[in-house]
Amino acid sequence: MRSPHLISGRRYPLLAALLLAAVPVLLVAAVTYGAVDLPAADVWRVITAHLTTGRPPADVSGIDNEIIWNSRAPRTVLALIAGAGLAVAGAVLQTVVRNPLADPYVLGITSGASLAAVAVITLGSVAGLGVSGAAFAGACATLALVLALGSRRGALTPTRLVLAGVALSYLLQGATSYLQLRAQPDQLAGILFWLLGSVAGARWSDLTAPAVIVVACTGWLLSQARRLNALLLGDETAAALGIPVHRFRLVLLAVAALLTAAVIAVAGGIAFVGLIVPHAVRLLVGPDHRRTLPLIAMTGGLFLVAADLAARTLSPPLELPLGILTATLGTPFFLWLLRRETAVA
Amino acid sequence: MRVQLSGVHVEIGGVSGVDLDVEPGELVGLIGPNGSGKSTLLRTLYRARRPDAGTVRVDDDDVWRALSARRSAQRTAVVAQHSADGFDFTAAELVATGRTPHRSTPAADREIIARALARVGMHDRADRRYVTLSGGERQRVLLARALAQQGEVLVLDEPTNHLDIAAQLELLELVRELKITTLAALHDLNLATAYCDRLYVLSAGRVVAHGPPIDVLTPALLAEVFGVRAHLGVNPLTGRPNLTFAPRQEIRELQ
Repeated sequence: MRSPHLISGRRYPLLAALLLAAVPVLLVAAVTYGAVDLPAADVWRVITAHLTTGRPPADVSGIDNEIIWNSRAPRTVLALIAGAGLAVAGAVLQTVVRNPLADPYVLGITSGASLAAVAVITLGSVAGLGVSGAAFAGACATLALVLALGSRRGALTPTRLVLAGVALSYLLQGATSYLQLRAQPDQLAGILFWLLGSVAGARWSDLTAPAVIVVACTGWLLSQARRLNALLLGDETAAALGIPVHRFRLVLLAVAALLTAAVIAVAGGIAFVGLIVPHAVRLLVGPDHRRTLPLIAMTGGLFLVAADLAARTLSPPLELPLGILTATLGTPFFLWLLRRETAVA
Repeated sequence: MRVQLSGVHVEIGGVSGVDLDVEPGELVGLIGPNGSGKSTLLRTLYRARRPDAGTVRVDDDDVWRALSARRSAQRTAVVAQHSADGFDFTAAELVATGRTPHRSTPAADREIIARALARVGMHDRADRRYVTLSGGERQRVLLARALAQQGEVLVLDEPTNHLDIAAQLELLELVRELKITTLAALHDLNLATAYCDRLYVLSAGRVVAHGPPIDVLTPALLAEVFGVRAHLGVNPLTGRPNLTFAPRQEIRELQ
């Protein structure tokens, strides 16, 4: 009998190879199209010249080189990194709290990051931290608070964590709204863009930290794939399979929070990627983390690159925040998923 | 492998000073009313709940002090009461999780998984989704996972709950045939009598009796521990001892 998963056996490596091949294709496409469409051949020349010689090619105009290499390329790469990081973080959190509705924001860390970022925008720099630094610090502080509220006698229970995260989120969102009310009119656009997420204005120098964090965390999680599978089956079973459940859960939470914080610090609060991408991949290949995690990383990255391309090209010259696009694409998918879950149950 | 619990005490969960032994190859039943501490006691053996006092030994090694979580999981496998089924594993994928504490090649894993499924008679349903299986089939898949774990001690926590009678008998026959050192919490006293070599009776966290089923399950003990009137007869089909129950006298008078 055939496996009930849509993609199984020999078709799995094929799907993985297809996604991998789609990454460079979509990256070049995303750099080619925008407010001004550039010749794909020029795009390819600029990218290869920079990658091989570290200098722009002589036969492409300075302005085109500037657009390709210093504007579109870094934001596209950031979209790839951010999408991968958020999707992987969402997948891990859904496993850790054993709740299919979990996403990178369920623990409230985005709200903490948002409050800190908006505070810096409206009230000015605190302790020398810029918007990104403040967002990262806010995320870490919120995680520490959620862990303290969510643990009981030193043990973390999934339900308590989610409830603590959700409760704290509301409080932090309230504070963020208050700051928005008091903001100057010229600060509002910046605040909105940050809250809804954007990769516009990304510079190469911003990318190193999130890239290293996303690659390292995803690699480590992949090495833990079998233990993640065991964790899905419940604490008792996981313990019986030789996993120190409480410690493992704490480490996973920290890793998921690090991924999320690293991404939102530079790209803001991009919603839905972390929720829908893991589900979409599981629908195709089943729940085994050894198979899902690499695909989730690639699909998340590709999804956000495509969303950013749409954000730039749908209504030029207006550039839409990413959150508007991911939510527009994500909500129908989510409702469909909900219907399907109800039908199965 | 031999299992030895001595002076096991768990504050929350209400287990106080339990001594219990399972000899190699023995199938020992743990019985007692709800809340008597059966599951908590079993958790101390499969390393899900550290006892506040006392020692738990498997093959003379202290499970909590001498063995790592992984080493312990290589010796002791469990079929626990609740298993999350919200995620869409196939039977074979679920059995594969039994390989978590081991480091072996994927090819070796596949063979072990296939053998475990065949052992419980589920090889033809390896690629079925776990959630689509019947209660009895699910328990057999979970038993196959325990087999894939290749432990030499098996812990069963009320494995026959929610199964129809045929599936209950089949599962325990299967466990019996495995001849693995087994400690099983059971609700059904007649099943415990029929399949276990020895029984331990737990009441309010203490062992109140232990020994061969026929010596342990006296009407006096059943009245005291379970609050029922019991009659020990003979099962006309199997010739084995058979218990029949009635509510206590005063309850019947109230009606």
